[in-house]
Amino acid sequence: MYKMNGAQVIIKILERYGIDIIAGIPGGSNLPLYDALSQSTTIRHILARHEQGAGFIAQGIARSSGKPAVCFATSGPGATNILTAIADAKLDSIPIICITGQVPQAMIGTDAFQEVDTYGMSIPITKHNFLVRTAKEILTVIPDAFRIATEGRPGPVLIDIPKDVQLELVEFDNWPEVPRRPILKSYKDKDIQQAATMINAADRPILYLGGGIIHANASGAATRLAEKNALPVTMTLLGLGSMPSDHPLTLGMLGMHAARYTNLAIEECDLLIVAGARFDDRATGKISEFCPAANVIHIDIDPGEIDKLRTAHVKLVGDVGMILDELLPFVKQRKRNEWLTRIKTLRDEHPFLSPGAHDPLMPYGLIRQIADIVDDSAIIATDVGKHQMWVAQAYPFRRPRQLLTSGGLGTMGFGLPAAIGASLAHPQRTVVCFSGDGSILMNIQELATAVEQKVNLKLVILNNTSLGLVRQQQDLFFGKRYFACEYQNHVDFVTIAKGFGMKAFDLSESVTPVAALRQAILAEGPCLIHVPIKRNEEVYPIVPPGASNKEMIGGEKNAAN
Amino acid sequence: MPPIEPVKLSPAPDKPNKAVLELTVNNHPGVMSHICSLFSHRVYNMDGILCMPVKDGQMSKIWIRINGNGQLEQIVKQLQKLEDVHAVRYHNAGHEIFIALEDSFKVI
Repeated sequence: MYKMNGAQVIIKILERYGIDIIAGIPGGSNLPLYDALSQSTTIRHILARHEQGAGFIAQGIARSSGKPAVCFATSGPGATNILTAIADAKLDSIPIICITGQVPQAMIGTDAFQEVDTYGMSIPITKHNFLVRTAKEILTVIPDAFRIATEGRPGPVLIDIPKDVQLELVEFDNWPEVPRRPILKSYKDKDIQQAATMINAADRPILYLGGGIIHANASGAATRLAEKNALPVTMTLLGLGSMPSDHPLTLGMLGMHAARYTNLAIEECDLLIVAGARFDDRATGKISEFCPAANVIHIDIDPGEIDKLRTAHVKLVGDVGMILDELLPFVKQRKRNEWLTRIKTLRDEHPFLSPGAHDPLMPYGLIRQIADIVDDSAIIATDVGKHQMWVAQAYPFRRPRQLLTSGGLGTMGFGLPAAIGASLAHPQRTVVCFSGDGSILMNIQELATAVEQKVNLKLVILNNTSLGLVRQQQDLFFGKRYFACEYQNHVDFVTIAKGFGMKAFDLSESVTPVAALRQAILAEGPCLIHVPIKRNEEVYPIVPPGASNKEMIGGEKNAAN
Repeated sequence: MPPIEPVKLSPAPDKPNKAVLELTVNNHPGVMSHICSLFSHRVYNMDGILCMPVKDGQMSKIWIRINGNGQLEQIVKQLQKLEDVHAVRYHNAGHEIFIALEDSFKVI
């Protein structure tokens, strides 16, 4: 027989689920939870400086490890602050569990101090959410939350727990079991055979891999299938790392900022094998003009994604790694000389251009240089904007979970706290966070957390004194009427970092920038590296929003951009 | 986990976008919010909804009349994904449950 309060039950169950790091901020409504956490010998608490930072630290842990991660916030502003990180986790299918304090039940609905309807507000941005009404319920709700966050398509779960429930004493005989993850399967053998027949019959197939490949640990299965049948492979932003960027079959990222040859090759395909991807508009461009002649095999664990935006000819709902492995024996060994030669021609005629690739003070050069300094074990986080797209285009990703980036929600401010989380989960590894001067200001307070936790994090700020992608769209699509995108106040990030107690320097002031970069990245501990970038360094090619992927602007060989 | 078997839909030929759905759900104070939030967030069109507890209040039954605009199948799939939804049954638009209520909805 066990007897303890609700808060103690929560902490004990989290321990039993193997949680060893929790990021959060205490406040009036979750103080019992923090009191219980203070007694834990296995959970390390990471005190964030803003609840959104705590949410993204949890995401960094979950994205880099593949395991669910937990964050805490208090009621009211604590809860509203963390919602952005939860919405971000929903769009990118990241398993995080957020436990919020709530005012005591007797005060719910009275506009009490720090009361908001956390449950109501979190419905559309979570996979599921709970408002716990008795301490006994905690014994089923927490295991349910872990099950829901990780089974099928992963996603965030929020548990709102009133303060009186945290304090309520509960007696029980047994701890809940930690269930094993069930295997979901709803396709039939004949569907597998039909898909294999289509692949074998296709002349110009393309394998299109999304973030689901990473979540399902299916990059090995995808690579085996691609190599056996000589399938050219493209990846979404979240799918990068599913296959090494230097693999001969890899075409790189598709969509809005893809290399020209990649989008052109996809246009010519007669079969799209879409695995763990959801036809996001940034990947497909105008969906009605996205390879309209191609047959589609769609593999996804979420039945709601099948036929949502593009009708599939073969629909395979289940674990993508299992399905790809089941397909393998039915797919013929092929060389596809004709199709691969055609793709090589497209690549030669419309290559990816990376101007300044040898200059460490230019975006592509900086990214290439850093990639040369670190090895594949390094974790690369980005914020959102031009720097994110340059990294996606040019960084040589070679393994799953190497890139942490906010894809679906595109949240500026994601990078720094996510990188901190990744570093906490992988203390032996170097973590590099590429950010911009716009993004970094959206969660810059987490520099304090990074220094306090002594994470081995290198924060590289590409500073173009503007909201670069906004400026680029105003340049191209709004008659160069630049508005609200050019910062007049030029922040001194090096001084700011030093104020947080963090090493920092300006790469452009170094006489030997390559050596300075190497020294900074190989040294232990957090460091900020500031790199000024011209405002008019643009991201090319670009597909105009809403246009077909054929209509790329810029990045043309033998043309001045 | 709700079933992930695809639902076979056979809308009435004269009303291809209209249907009545019968849901069996967990009964708790947030369940209606979950259903309505799904409809608003995905811009599905519901023009009638009824909800009553069943089985001693452990479960509820929800009847929804929808105008699907070609989205019927997606609506059903998304409903099935909700944790609190145990079953989704599909009926044609002329189902008696809403017809029987017509008198109660007369505007005087």
